[in-house]
Amino acid sequence: MIGLPQYLGVAAMLFTIGVFGIFVNRKNVIVILMSIELILLAVNINLVAFSVFLHDVVGQIFAMFVLTVAAAEAAVGLAILVTFFRNRGDIAVDDASLMKG
Amino acid sequence: MSVQAVAFYLLALVSVASAGCVVAARNPVHSVLFLITTFFSAAGLFVLMGAEFLAMLLVVVYVGAVAVLFLFVVMMLNVDFSEFRKGFARYMPVGGLVAGVLLIEMIMVSSIVATRGAAARNDAPFVSGAGISNTEAIGRVLYTDYVYFFQAAGLVLLVAMIGAIVLTLRRRTGVRKQVIADQVGRTPATGMDIVQIKSGAGVPE
Repeated sequence: MIGLPQYLGVAAMLFTIGVFGIFVNRKNVIVILMSIELILLAVNINLVAFSVFLHDVVGQIFAMFVLTVAAAEAAVGLAILVTFFRNRGDIAVDDASLMKG
Repeated sequence: MSVQAVAFYLLALVSVASAGCVVAARNPVHSVLFLITTFFSAAGLFVLMGAEFLAMLLVVVYVGAVAVLFLFVVMMLNVDFSEFRKGFARYMPVGGLVAGVLLIEMIMVSSIVATRGAAARNDAPFVSGAGISNTEAIGRVLYTDYVYFFQAAGLVLLVAMIGAIVLTLRRRTGVRKQVIADQVGRTPATGMDIVQIKSGAGVPE
């Protein structure tokens, strides 16, 4: 019988993989953005699982809002990335210190 | 094992494995493709839970828009991605440590919540009964109690769209463009000169 713990376990694993990806791909900002998408997906799985097992549909509505914010964040993040690449010629965010005084 | 359990473990395995490949792939194009696989299997998990509307939304929004956007950007930027692999081994131990601690904590908390929390009483998943589909149930709540939040979500998307356009719009200098207003606003007085030419003298510059 597949219950709530199994779904929460999958979500926890996806979240952890996302955090791990941010740590190990510190220079590659594209993979960092993808890791953030993974983390938000894990949050969505949590919300939907609780919504289903608590018999309350509101959790799915919040998952929809999380989806909206994730899409907006990806669009703005990639736009910033493209601008950064245009100004610098590369996307190494390790030494992104343009705004340092 | 029931069919549902087999489907769950298959989808969970695929989603976690491809999420690992997203993080570990050398080529970012492969990362994006693994990300698409992860989203597809997560959509399968949503279907398994009975949240069909969100599953389709996940496929449409993430696979159809976000992943394709990532793919465009990755292919558009001409970057040597092998440079980025250098820090991988250096940050691996601390990243693994943090991730391991986080995973243990989250598994502990979620198992306690799942076995002793409010959801423990309802071990059967919610099947939208009484002739109401999942989409209809969401719509009934979304367009009544949460209508302001819904409008705010639309506003967030609008601001993100304007922000992305403003950030990437580039005014080029030194490019000659057609100015329609100038063309339409021409009159015979400004567009034409009448000169009297003496025969044999030619036209002065």
